[in-house]
Amino acid sequence: MSTPSYGQITHNGLWKNNPALVQLLGLCPLLAVTASVVNALGLAIATLFVLVTSNLCVSLIRNVVTDSIRLPAFVLIIAAAVTGTELLMQAYAYELYQILGIFLPLITTNCVILGRADAFAAKNPLMPAVADGVMMGLGFGLVLLVLGAIRELLGTGAVMADMDLLLGPMAKGWALVVASDYTGLLLAILPPGAFIITGLLIAAKNVIDARIERANKAHVEVQTGSKRVRVTGEIA
Amino acid sequence: MSLMHVSSPHVHKPGSSVEQVMKQVLLATIPGVLVLTWFFGPGTIINIVFGSALALAFEAWALWLRAKDYKMPLRDHSVIVTATLLCIALPPYAPWWLIAVGIGVSVLLGKHVFGGLGYNPFNPAMVGYVVLLVSFPLQMSSWTEPRGIGEVPGIVDAFTALFAASSYDAVTAATPLDLFRQNSGMLFDDLMQSKAELTGPIAGLGWDWVNLAFLAGGIWLLRQRIFTWHAPVGMLAALTICAALGYDDGSSTGGGSVLFHLFSGATMFGAFFIITDPVSSAVSNKGRLIFGAMVGILVYLIRVHGNYPDAVAFGVLLLNFAAPLIDQYTQPTVYGTKKVEADE
Repeated sequence: MSTPSYGQITHNGLWKNNPALVQLLGLCPLLAVTASVVNALGLAIATLFVLVTSNLCVSLIRNVVTDSIRLPAFVLIIAAAVTGTELLMQAYAYELYQILGIFLPLITTNCVILGRADAFAAKNPLMPAVADGVMMGLGFGLVLLVLGAIRELLGTGAVMADMDLLLGPMAKGWALVVASDYTGLLLAILPPGAFIITGLLIAAKNVIDARIERANKAHVEVQTGSKRVRVTGEIA
Repeated sequence: MSLMHVSSPHVHKPGSSVEQVMKQVLLATIPGVLVLTWFFGPGTIINIVFGSALALAFEAWALWLRAKDYKMPLRDHSVIVTATLLCIALPPYAPWWLIAVGIGVSVLLGKHVFGGLGYNPFNPAMVGYVVLLVSFPLQMSSWTEPRGIGEVPGIVDAFTALFAASSYDAVTAATPLDLFRQNSGMLFDDLMQSKAELTGPIAGLGWDWVNLAFLAGGIWLLRQRIFTWHAPVGMLAALTICAALGYDDGSSTGGGSVLFHLFSGATMFGAFFIITDPVSSAVSNKGRLIFGAMVGILVYLIRVHGNYPDAVAFGVLLLNFAAPLIDQYTQPTVYGTKKVEADE
């Protein structure tokens, strides 16, 4: 397998092979903690950090670890990265650490991370592996953020409330109240809302993909048409 | 019409098109709606008119999005039936946005996401109802006082309520099922006497008449052969048995008499108008009997032991999940063949 270009890695991570919308990996934290932007951002950063660290380490040891023991080795690396992340969060964003609760240690079992380690980092050199970690993490994180923003907006009528939990006192006034006299759509914050909105996001992505494909096809058809004229001309 | 490709079975019964069936279902709701209007004022009718108009708009939009022909589906009344069933279940004098959210969820997420009429695994009206019930518990439990206790709002009040910026400021009263939930420490008879809402003959003022009216409409539908007797009988029988087993002569935990359960809340409405939905319920007659019975058991269990006062919507949605499984184990055998084990 040849190493893909950085452009391809970016396109894969953010759109074509997006972990949350296409691979549908890591749905458990995706659905559980995206009730607000701050929770989503916290988990997004944690996942990004773990993903980059694990991809980096796995890529470094890829020629040393044999195939038969590679999975336990990868899981140990991921668990170590998660433990580090957890300690960092406990130190610098304790309230958010408490809100995210069990879903921080559960990053260890997030299939995105093991999946990228085994499918990409174990077969590619250091820099592409790190780039893949960054892009997959960003792709996952962006979906988390969009989902968190939609759910918080529908559920409470405001976005980015309590951002100071993660970013310190300077983010205290960041809450953006869109509708002040608003009866929250409770369902959006409850688990069913996560499923419904994730489904709608996936549907939206598929619609956009279909549009792009149709546009490309129309473009190609024009080309084949012009070629065909030339071909018949040659045969005659 | 003669050029239309129609697949088997080629049943020819005049008046069995979707449009005809839906019309008859709408006709059958009239007694119930009239009784609701008598006891609670014009709120229910305004809900239904407003909800139906919205539903047609949502349906047209969804069909346009899906690039489907929108003339037939808009004319077959199916979406109006969905809207009517949802709006009957909503409290009268609901604000417009509550109806809009409910109708939008019913038509778009309950029906068209799954492929439109005939493809929905869940009863669309109940999807909308449950989304509203979970999201807006306050607005969904604001029933006004029935005639006989309080003043019934007039038509002007009703329109004010529909378009009021904040929620309608009427005297709201708990429904009998709410009262049972809130006063679980009282003896059944004491409770019946102490609350004005419960002075009706069986299940509280107004509610037994509402249920009788829906029962009448349902029996008419049954005689028109719109559905078979299996699902309603299954549900009512199961509810009767559960209530009879649970009833201990009126203590606080007994949960009310058999008649109280049969004629309160949405029992009859659910038994004849909701669980008889041909799309989302079980297919065979035996399956429908089981489907109905399970709904009846769930209604009793949630009413007596759950957090919500009534449970028809939850029961129906849960059984909608189970309908394919019920179908698999109740598949009728073809005449003349041996019974075949259900294919795993």
